[in-house]
Amino acid sequence: MKILVAIKRVVDFNVRVQVKPDGSGVATDGVKMSINPFDEIAIEEALRIKESGVAKEVIVATIGANNAQQQLRTALAMGADRAILVESNSEIQPLKAATSLLSIVEKEQPGLVIMGKQAIDDDNNQTPQMLATLWKRPQATFVSKLKVNDTTAMATREVDAGLETIEVTLPAVISTDLRLNEPRFVKLPDIMKAKRKPLDIISIDDTVAGFDDKELDVQLFESPMPREKGVMVESVDDLVSMLKEKGLV
Amino acid sequence: MSKILILAQHDGNKINQGTAKAITAAQQIENHSIDVIIFADDIDSIANKAAQLAHVNTVHAIKTSNENWKLSAGITGKFAELAEGYSHIFGPSTTFGKDVMPCVAALLGQNQISDVMQVIDANTFKRPIYAGNAIITVNSPHNKIVATIRTASFKTADMQSGSATIENHNIDNPQSDTKFISLQTGNQERPDLQTAAKVISGGRGVGSEENFEIIYELADKIGAATGASRAAVDAGYVPNEMQVGQTGKIIAPDLYMAFGISGAIQHLTGIKDAGTIVAINKDSDAPIFEVSDIGLVGDLFKIVPELMEKL
Repeated sequence: MKILVAIKRVVDFNVRVQVKPDGSGVATDGVKMSINPFDEIAIEEALRIKESGVAKEVIVATIGANNAQQQLRTALAMGADRAILVESNSEIQPLKAATSLLSIVEKEQPGLVIMGKQAIDDDNNQTPQMLATLWKRPQATFVSKLKVNDTTAMATREVDAGLETIEVTLPAVISTDLRLNEPRFVKLPDIMKAKRKPLDIISIDDTVAGFDDKELDVQLFESPMPREKGVMVESVDDLVSMLKEKGLV
Repeated sequence: MSKILILAQHDGNKINQGTAKAITAAQQIENHSIDVIIFADDIDSIANKAAQLAHVNTVHAIKTSNENWKLSAGITGKFAELAEGYSHIFGPSTTFGKDVMPCVAALLGQNQISDVMQVIDANTFKRPIYAGNAIITVNSPHNKIVATIRTASFKTADMQSGSATIENHNIDNPQSDTKFISLQTGNQERPDLQTAAKVISGGRGVGSEENFEIIYELADKIGAATGASRAAVDAGYVPNEMQVGQTGKIIAPDLYMAFGISGAIQHLTGIKDAGTIVAINKDSDAPIFEVSDIGLVGDLFKIVPELMEKL
């Protein structure tokens, strides 16, 4: 079985983003970029499935500008076999991303598509579900435990009420949650090796022929309203009397 | 006229409050009419409860075979079919809504507006990105809007006073590629974390699963739900459903008390809408104090027992 992992290049999770003063976006110039953390977990899971013998090949794909090759190379250094960059010079929205990924899925015929449950930039949490829908295959979202054999996957999902387990017939789309695994660190020799692994570049236009893009317009970026400055108290008695004053206890 | 269809979430017995919060958001759209869609195997009793949701005209009640109503795969086809006649399709921004709604959006050929925190007008909404570090205003110029409604941002509409008409539907070809196996849930006696008025939370500073007992005791003393930081969940002190924050639950209780939580940005995202945030931490530089309304520096193992005595 092949596994396709879809990743996204995003502002590193340690960076505290700032909204530009003119409200046109967030400042990303010179900011550290990384693989979306949830997608890194997806890569790791695919590699573990391959190492267990269930899958033969791990393909990693991304949609983005040319510099997203850096993130693909990192994925190759982690152990993915080959990479596909779907080049797009403008930001795209989830339905277009899912449509584009579908064309790769149709070509590669993977048994599993694994991707992060959401990207930490736009926090949309849509593309995996949309891909599963367009592909007409099952989805298991927010997965924190996964057992795969040749025909089915048993997935434990982190849901509001606790842990839900479902079984899906393959092929299927899996979206990863944080506790699925801890991604491995990349070793230097692997970075060197990754430079020689295949990385194909295709144009987004070749993957979305006939797609009617119903884009949403982002009109304004704002900083969130800060909370009013609080007070520090010196003792439990002061805390209790303040809570009582506010009628909270 | 905006015709709004809202996905009802339930557990078989009770309608989830997230549904009523989505109704509140829908009411903020001018010149609206609101219908609800609900799926269940034992449909009649739960559809009757959905019909009591205030401000709703019609409840589309769809009977599913066995546990298909719990699964996105079991409901999205019929959902999208019935959504054809609507201008707005809303669902709660719970794990259920987040699983289901993008599928419906895809079937309708639309992008979804995720986590709506404010309704500006029928086509314009505000939503958080970058874990709440930025807020964007999103406009849809299209004739169908699919959105999930951030439950912490809207009040719960009345869930008793409604008298909607129930319309029954069936699913002709139930799917079988996705099977529900089990749901493992934790404590059911304490108030629900997502909707509780008071929440007591613990972090890595609590130190162990056993030590969390004092957090539970304090919560029970004041009738609060219990929560935790990601660090406490990852360390195995508490189950995942207690996680508050960006990837856990986003909550807006009147009172949030954080014990031994340093306050990573992802955690703060989950509590920003709380009425009063109280932080107790032994580290006076902990970032949680930047957002707390009342802060107390000290050892939680001394402070909690003292609170037990004095509250």
